[in-house]
Amino acid sequence: MAACLAGLALMLSGCRLDMHVQPKYLPDWPSKFFADGRSNRPAVPGTVARGELRIDELMYSGTENGVLSNRFPFPITRADLERGRERYNIYCSPCHDYAGTGHGMIVQRGFPEPPSYMIPRLRQAPVGHFFQVMTNGIGAMYSYSSRVTPADRWRIAAYIRVLQASHNAKLQDVPDAERQKLTQAPAAQGQTPGQAQ
Amino acid sequence: MAQIFHRSSNMIARFSIVGAVVFLGVLTFVLYEIALSPWYTNEHAVLQQPVPFSHRHHAGELGIDCRYCHVDVEKSWYAGVPPTQTCMTCHSQIWTNAQMLEPVRASYRTNVSLQWNKVNELPEFVYFNHSIHVAKGIGCTTCHGPIATEPLTYKTGTLYMSWCLECHRDPAKYVRPESQVFNPFYQQPSYGAPVTFEGVKYTDQASLGRVLVKKYDLQTYQYCSTCHR
Repeated sequence: MAACLAGLALMLSGCRLDMHVQPKYLPDWPSKFFADGRSNRPAVPGTVARGELRIDELMYSGTENGVLSNRFPFPITRADLERGRERYNIYCSPCHDYAGTGHGMIVQRGFPEPPSYMIPRLRQAPVGHFFQVMTNGIGAMYSYSSRVTPADRWRIAAYIRVLQASHNAKLQDVPDAERQKLTQAPAAQGQTPGQAQ
Repeated sequence: MAQIFHRSSNMIARFSIVGAVVFLGVLTFVLYEIALSPWYTNEHAVLQQPVPFSHRHHAGELGIDCRYCHVDVEKSWYAGVPPTQTCMTCHSQIWTNAQMLEPVRASYRTNVSLQWNKVNELPEFVYFNHSIHVAKGIGCTTCHGPIATEPLTYKTGTLYMSWCLECHRDPAKYVRPESQVFNPFYQQPSYGAPVTFEGVKYTDQASLGRVLVKKYDLQTYQYCSTCHR
């Protein structure tokens, strides 16, 4: 029995957690070394990360010669619009709702109501305005620049244009084949993904 | 010469041989069960957090997309814990007097990070990449469980190697359509609730899984260096 226990003690003394808990930092880990307690380090002022040089004025600020631009910095394809819709639904719809009228779930829970994209001021606003608002925030809305890349912000801006166009669309704008479906009685509704219950 | 051992010693000898085998078997079984028990793995254990954050409220009742906060999940191995700024995007305006949220406001005021406790913690000799999993039709809830019904977050898997391999050996059992990856209420297809993919209705996971594995070119990587690199 004593020999067994001695053997067990010997084996347990071989158990070490050097590999399990390694002397390294992973993202968001706390640090005792840095004064702010974070291992995530901000870029040194004045440095530019590879691929992050932002000299294209239109692409990164939404302006041309200091004036809000109504041009996109790259041609918008169908894939861009679909990406824009996906990003819009993730980051914008909580407040602006899926149709862009400003009655999203967070607004229903007490957040100040944003203007609808359908008001004349925003229908006439240059597309650079939307880019700039997403980048810098406006009023109660915070900046989304850390969560949405500049290219995705332009795609969202393009999708906002889609929402605006669809809101004022007429039945004649719909292709013949699709028009049939709209005038028929609605079929059984499918499940909406991502919605509660 | 007189017998040293009494006849009954035969019995003791046999009993001790059988007993040793049984004892080792029982010991193995008990240790195995302990290793798999939630008591040891911390499954379903709620950790103390600086703020009692509810995924049920945010992801379930409000329907906020996972990626609204976990922004890096599609492009990084790390899904990302949101910075305080993300919380304050809404909470600068709503529940501004809630005592429960004071640590969040204090963090924002003082620029000191909130220190959340990691619920799903892998040993550091394991490399896991979120982005490839969500890009290949493995949903959040496949590993994180019914997160949108959890008032306080807990882990729902052992996170053992066997648990990972369970899917790596046969991903067809778990894969779902790409459009459903971030849907926290997704259910695998059944006769009562079929899942439609590319216009075809599937009523069981086996047939849907077979199609998706091919479509997404799912690999059954089981090399050591897949995760231990």
